[in-house]
Amino acid sequence: MSLLEIRDLHATVNNQEILKGIDLAVNAGEVHSLMGPNGSGKSTLAQVLARRDTYVVTRGEVLFNGKDLLAMKPEEAACEGLFLAFQYPVEVPGISNAYFLRAALNALRKYRGEEPLDAIDFLPILKEKMKLLEMDERFQGRSVNDGFSGGEKKRNEIVQMAVLGPKLAVLDETDSGLDIDALKIVARGVNAMRSPDRAIVLITHYQRLLDYIVPDYVHVMAGGRIVKSGGPELALELENKGYGWIAPDLVGAE
Amino acid sequence: MGTIAQVTELGSLLVAFNEIEQRTLTQPGWIRSLRRDAFTRFCDVGFPTTKDEDWRFTSVASISGESFSLPKSGRTSLTLQDVQPFLIPRAACVLVFVNGRFRAELSTTELLPTGITAGSVADAIANGPATLEAHLGRYVDIQRDAFCSLNTALFEDGAYVRAARGTVLEAPVHLLYVSTAAGTPEMAHPRNLLVAESETQINIVEEHVSLSSGVFFSNVVTELIAGENAVVSHHMIERESRNVFHFSTLRMQQDRNSNVSSHSVLIGGALVRNNVHPVLGGEGGECLINGLFLGDDRQHMDNYMLVEHVSPHCNSRQFYNGILDGHAHGVFHGRIVVHQEAQKTNAKQTNRNLLLSDSAQIDTKPQLEIYADDVKCTHGATIGQIDEHALFYLRSRGIDEQAARGLLLFAFAGECLGRLKSDPIRKHIERIVHLSLPAGIRPVTEDGLEMASR
Repeated sequence: MSLLEIRDLHATVNNQEILKGIDLAVNAGEVHSLMGPNGSGKSTLAQVLARRDTYVVTRGEVLFNGKDLLAMKPEEAACEGLFLAFQYPVEVPGISNAYFLRAALNALRKYRGEEPLDAIDFLPILKEKMKLLEMDERFQGRSVNDGFSGGEKKRNEIVQMAVLGPKLAVLDETDSGLDIDALKIVARGVNAMRSPDRAIVLITHYQRLLDYIVPDYVHVMAGGRIVKSGGPELALELENKGYGWIAPDLVGAE
Repeated sequence: MGTIAQVTELGSLLVAFNEIEQRTLTQPGWIRSLRRDAFTRFCDVGFPTTKDEDWRFTSVASISGESFSLPKSGRTSLTLQDVQPFLIPRAACVLVFVNGRFRAELSTTELLPTGITAGSVADAIANGPATLEAHLGRYVDIQRDAFCSLNTALFEDGAYVRAARGTVLEAPVHLLYVSTAAGTPEMAHPRNLLVAESETQINIVEEHVSLSSGVFFSNVVTELIAGENAVVSHHMIERESRNVFHFSTLRMQQDRNSNVSSHSVLIGGALVRNNVHPVLGGEGGECLINGLFLGDDRQHMDNYMLVEHVSPHCNSRQFYNGILDGHAHGVFHGRIVVHQEAQKTNAKQTNRNLLLSDSAQIDTKPQLEIYADDVKCTHGATIGQIDEHALFYLRSRGIDEQAARGLLLFAFAGECLGRLKSDPIRKHIERIVHLSLPAGIRPVTEDGLEMASR
């Protein structure tokens, strides 16, 4: 069985159907890239997987590790090993990055029946991951994402991913708005996380990210469905031709 | 003196005033006349009503309608063990006041460095240092505030702290006020005089606690004088029982280039009024006013800020965060007055509030009065619920909903705690704020990792 199996997934927000039948299987060890024009449903899919309750699933099922993901609360999905790198990471003023991340890691450890980590055990782990993402140590004591630049927020998401070590990481436009240097840093962080027992789903608009993180599969979403799947060469084709040739009726003017 | 209520209210207060007059016969003439003037003033105006603009959101009828007597003389049987739980580790000294009176045997002042004096203001009056007459009662305006006139008329004791020119003391000076009221309602009017002379640095914690649940009226006035280039931080912690009426006025007088911060943390009390009134009286002064109020049930917490810019090139920043649950009612009244000479003033004010229930209420009112023409003043207030985006963000990392709510509440409080520069004081207050959160949503901080960001 695949790590993630999405079958005929339909979801609405404010009674408007956004996902119109998604089928996707992701195996451990694989990197999938999910591309597609604005409004095609990529971020909605990510949010549904992370169990945001503003999205209502109307049909279909999602199995994660063989368990019913749609029956899980956000924290349960996370404890089962799902991680979403947010498109717009939320600022949480007043709580330090280090404290927040340890609380998260200890919640996961508790779920797995492991002992919580104290500051002495935890801080070296955080330090190492921050170094990998070239984040200054002073970010440890700063409020979560508060006053961070766009690039710092995205790198902070990858730090969190690296500390929490999920089975499945969904990166929602982590590359958007990054300059080339920051993009390389993020890609290095993500590549360091690639492993035979972990899957990564990259949601992106841009082929450029895929120069640095080479996916095993590329899927194109349009109109709430996956309309084409292929290997890395598909991304290059999209780069050259745009989305119009795949689903002209759905993509419209593009 | 119009109403019958005021006549009865004066009944017990008059008894108290006569008692104080008798007890203080040996005090110098200037203090005795200060008291008499103040009591006359109080008799003229009585307690404020909600028709008074400064008291629009806060009724003091529950005080004016009650008779409070001065605590009985004779010692309560408190021991060091009773006050132990309230102490701050690594404090430079602790002065303990029980029902408004200094208790030397519960206090510790031996470790104070030379240059720092800390003790009872009543003792200081008896010994008559010159600082006292120069400052006591010089700054608080008994004409403006009935509670200040009442305090001036009825005070028995309080803290006298003086940092002599050039002294630097980083460890906290802890002033601990314990009420032990039981039986008939009692009152205390502690009067503090804190003098930081030029080029000094000092951290003061004024903390109010209860060891009983009797009805108590605690009416505190603190005059804080910061000399030239002095750096002073004052912390007021109100965590008395839910049967306490707590009124407190902090009047800060700032000289040239002084840097003063006032931090208030309100958790306890039934009815709390927290007045903070800095006067930036010398060029280059810096003032930070930081506050956190956490109310639930039917608690009423009124914060009245009056920031006066008298001299040019001064900065003031106000940050108050409120978290209100149940039927709690919070008030933030932020008044900034920029006098004509105070050019190049930079004044900022922010009040943020979280309402956790539909019945909780907040009244927030900025009031800017600017008589100078080259100034920068900003103010802003927000009222909201727990941010759903942030809640989802935390949950998506594995933190369960209740714990996430607790973290967000603490984070909101943490904005204020993050402005506390002194480590022992921040830890002390962090612990108190922690304990005030419901047990189910209390975040864990069992080891060195600090939650509040800086």
